[in-house]
Amino acid sequence: MAQAELDAGSDAHAEGQQHPIKLYLWIWLLLFILSAFSYLVDYIGFEGYLRWTLILTFMFLKAGLIVAIFMHMAWERLALITAILVPPLALLVLISLMVIEADHTFLTRIVFFGGA
Amino acid sequence: MANDVAPASVSAFAESEGWEGIVGDWSADKQTFGVPWGKAMMWIFLLSDTFIFSCFLTSYMKVRISTTVPWPNPSEVFALHVGGTSVPLLLIAIMTFVLISSSGTMAMAVNFGYRRDKKKTAALMLATAAFGAMFVSMQAFEWTKLIQEGVRPWGNPWGAPQFGSAFFMITGFHGLHVSAGVIYLSVVANRVRTGFYDKKGNYDMVEIAGLYWHFVDLVWVFIFAFFYLW
Repeated sequence: MAQAELDAGSDAHAEGQQHPIKLYLWIWLLLFILSAFSYLVDYIGFEGYLRWTLILTFMFLKAGLIVAIFMHMAWERLALITAILVPPLALLVLISLMVIEADHTFLTRIVFFGGA
Repeated sequence: MANDVAPASVSAFAESEGWEGIVGDWSADKQTFGVPWGKAMMWIFLLSDTFIFSCFLTSYMKVRISTTVPWPNPSEVFALHVGGTSVPLLLIAIMTFVLISSSGTMAMAVNFGYRRDKKKTAALMLATAAFGAMFVSMQAFEWTKLIQEGVRPWGNPWGAPQFGSAFFMITGFHGLHVSAGVIYLSVVANRVRTGFYDKKGNYDMVEIAGLYWHFVDLVWVFIFAFFYLW
């Protein structure tokens, strides 16, 4: 009986992950356009906060499309989505700590090596 | 199963969505994730891989912030000379488009796999592997060019010595993932072609291989943004 339930579950799953080819072609095109835009940021030579904002925006849009559509995350149950997407948030703590640490290292290098 | 009550409550939970659905999935007397176990395990492997690549990128961020020597300008370092003019990041842009195309063919392969279309699934997976091989070849060309120009893990002609170690470590580890993916996809494509999954009764392995491949593309999105464009 348990096996029957599992089989039924995987069948339902197989049907659930069939999406029209057209959708994938659209996402493919969108990813091409977004990549072209992020390349243009470098080609045109935007600098400073404008550059970083554009790079990050295009990066997160591309990453989101790949995970949500190509990797089918948008159609998974919330239990799986949260189990996979919540743990990486811990990385924000690592990144914040390393930014503080790096700034500190930079300042001590300036102080002790006179900017060499 | 002796108990007739449990299945009824399981199905009641299984139908709920949102946060109630999470509670149901985790607490009901059943498998938590309603996906084939291989797929759940691939997701968990990819989660661990996320942490590995994040550690590489974070350490790259750390050395780049803390160095007092100017960081080499990636736009110039990775420029190619075409017909006498220098085009910034040309090879990297082509590599990006190649990898995105491979993700596109892979997504369609998964789709045809669930439709039990062996011919198209195998062909699209082999196309994906070919794009992957193309990507690795271009990366080998890029490494050769940089090594000839004097880039080493401990130094380079243009600035902060950490540039080389971050470059070889991050792109090398990603390139290994692509190479492993090419082999993995070829094996699965061959099994599709020979009808292995027809005998098995499902094409889940195609989607699982697809997850791995899309992840490799996903990592490249971050490397492209942080290492090459920043």
